[in-house]
Amino acid sequence: MSAPASTVTAVTPEGPVEAAAPAKRQRLRFVANPKAATGLVVLAFFCLIAIIGPWIAPFDPSARSSDLIQAPSGKHWFGTTHLGQDIFSQVLVGTRGVMFVGLLAGIIATALSVLIGVSSGFLGGAADEGLSALSNVFLVIPALPLIIIVASTIPSAGDLMVALVIGLTSWAWGARVLRAQTLSLRRRDYVEAARATGESTWRIITVEILPNLTAIIASGFVGTVIFAVMSEITLAFIGISTISEWNWGTILFWAQSQQALAQGAWWWFVPAGLAIAVLGTALSLINFGIDEFVSPRLRSAGHTKVKTTDGHTVRMRVGFTPVLSTSSAKEPVTPVLRKTADKAKGAA
Amino acid sequence: MKFLLQRIAFYLFTAWAAITINFFIPRLIPGDPVTSLINKFQGQMSTEAIQSLYVLFGLDKNASMWSQYIDYWGQIFHGNLGLSFTFFPTPVSDILKQSLPWTIALVGITTFASFMIGTALGVLAGWRRGSWLDGLLPVTTFLSSIPYFWLGLLAITFLAGTDSFFPSSGGYEPGLVPSWNGEFIGSAIQHSLLPAITILISSVSGWILSMRNMMVTVASEDYITVAHAKGLPERRVMVSYAARNALLPNVSGFALSLGFIVGGTLLVEIVFSYPGIGYNLFQAVGAKDYPLMQGVFLVITMSVLIANLVADVAYLLLDPRTRKEG
Repeated sequence: MSAPASTVTAVTPEGPVEAAAPAKRQRLRFVANPKAATGLVVLAFFCLIAIIGPWIAPFDPSARSSDLIQAPSGKHWFGTTHLGQDIFSQVLVGTRGVMFVGLLAGIIATALSVLIGVSSGFLGGAADEGLSALSNVFLVIPALPLIIIVASTIPSAGDLMVALVIGLTSWAWGARVLRAQTLSLRRRDYVEAARATGESTWRIITVEILPNLTAIIASGFVGTVIFAVMSEITLAFIGISTISEWNWGTILFWAQSQQALAQGAWWWFVPAGLAIAVLGTALSLINFGIDEFVSPRLRSAGHTKVKTTDGHTVRMRVGFTPVLSTSSAKEPVTPVLRKTADKAKGAA
Repeated sequence: MKFLLQRIAFYLFTAWAAITINFFIPRLIPGDPVTSLINKFQGQMSTEAIQSLYVLFGLDKNASMWSQYIDYWGQIFHGNLGLSFTFFPTPVSDILKQSLPWTIALVGITTFASFMIGTALGVLAGWRRGSWLDGLLPVTTFLSSIPYFWLGLLAITFLAGTDSFFPSSGGYEPGLVPSWNGEFIGSAIQHSLLPAITILISSVSGWILSMRNMMVTVASEDYITVAHAKGLPERRVMVSYAARNALLPNVSGFALSLGFIVGGTLLVEIVFSYPGIGYNLFQAVGAKDYPLMQGVFLVITMSVLIANLVADVAYLLLDPRTRKEG
């Protein structure tokens, strides 16, 4: 690890500056994670589109024109539909519905999961048994078919209704994780101490326990938003939610029902699908950022190969004793110990 | 054994809950679309069939909720799920009996294969952290963010076609009659390849990631260090020491996320017009065929419960601790 070159660089002025920089940015450590930062930037972009989309859209998404099924051009960036509607405008306008349903369903489901998970973990006893049985039932029942059944029974399911249905059916995973974590926190010394000093149960939960669950709650929220966006788009795609409101699923619904594939109109379904994939990736990246923030071990190690003084390279891995491989011997050899062992073997 | 009995009791409870939810959904929501459907088919339905729909959807306003519930259970036990309106006058149970094997073959095999492949890749990615395998993670994240059905659409556009090896829709060649002969099975496999690849690509990444994270966690345990120190071959430490222990949470995760996965895979059937349960659901939604929808939901839920039970048995075989307690 101590190649002469590295000691030289340590003397140069950059050395101390580099060492000092992380300490200053303690508070922004989460944002400094490249995965989380990328995810947050993309998410912010989609939020911006959701707000200003309907104003910057060049055309009315439902307005018909004489340009039927046209490939992307300067006038219609993403091409047009069978009625001459501008797909670029549809994607822009549709963003609002997608983000609204995703975030609202995420908030509802997260609130429910915190309520059910934390109280089940903290109360214990019969209440815990009942609540965790309830969340297990919701976990095992296939969520998407349930959402489809409920949404199709409600006449004219709009964005708000869809968000409610998704939020009310997809809290179980978060509740389960939160319950497990609360159970382990409940018996920690500092909680016992708070109880001994006579703090009320409510105060223990909100001040002592909830702050320690922040990361889990956040990652549960992001996960639910991913699921909600997917479910909403699916509902629109199979034609359950009202098709008068534009979202990315509605575009795909029309593309599928008008045989866009058979007509070779790839521009009809590619932009909406890519938008879904990019949004989903951004949210997953935020979740990885949270995971790695909580458990640094999961970080994908950057420069793991280190040169030793005698010119060998060795890969550093967390939890592993680095093993030097000598070019003469095929099998990995621990530098000093194995040699003496070999000698001992030879002597014996 | 105690573990298994507990799980069976839980699944019975869940089955009861699912059927009860199914009972209440049409009753709690205002308006009864089924009545108009019954009126539409008035002349063609036997009184018996109408009666069964009345029981299923609570159209008989005179009966108390409790007696409706009892009647409902009686009918479910007889396998009577009413008549389908889309495929009038075929009973729902007959339609499901036809399409269930297709779904089990496609979704069952691909889900299992995706779990195995994903776990194997995850073991490697977790063990060789920092190597090129880490570069796989962003790619798989992107692939898993793509909705299954959209990937299916892309696959049809680029891979299927009139002169392509891959057919774009259906479960078998239109002229063939379903039977157990070589020609039919060959055709069925050819038709299922593209949907299977679609499901595999979008579902495998979740397993890679969770297995990688478990491997990374397990790799720094003391027993791994000891295994290294003993001078065991790297391969043996990776497979029999690290992977074996990292596998357990992944297996229970598999059981828990089955419900999510199956929901997504049903959509692939829709895109490929594959003759399974998912496509039935799509047809039912399009035609507002409530009896078929409810039947599909029940069958999916029951299949997922059984799959869960199988996963639990696997867990029991893998984890000696659960056997000891019994």
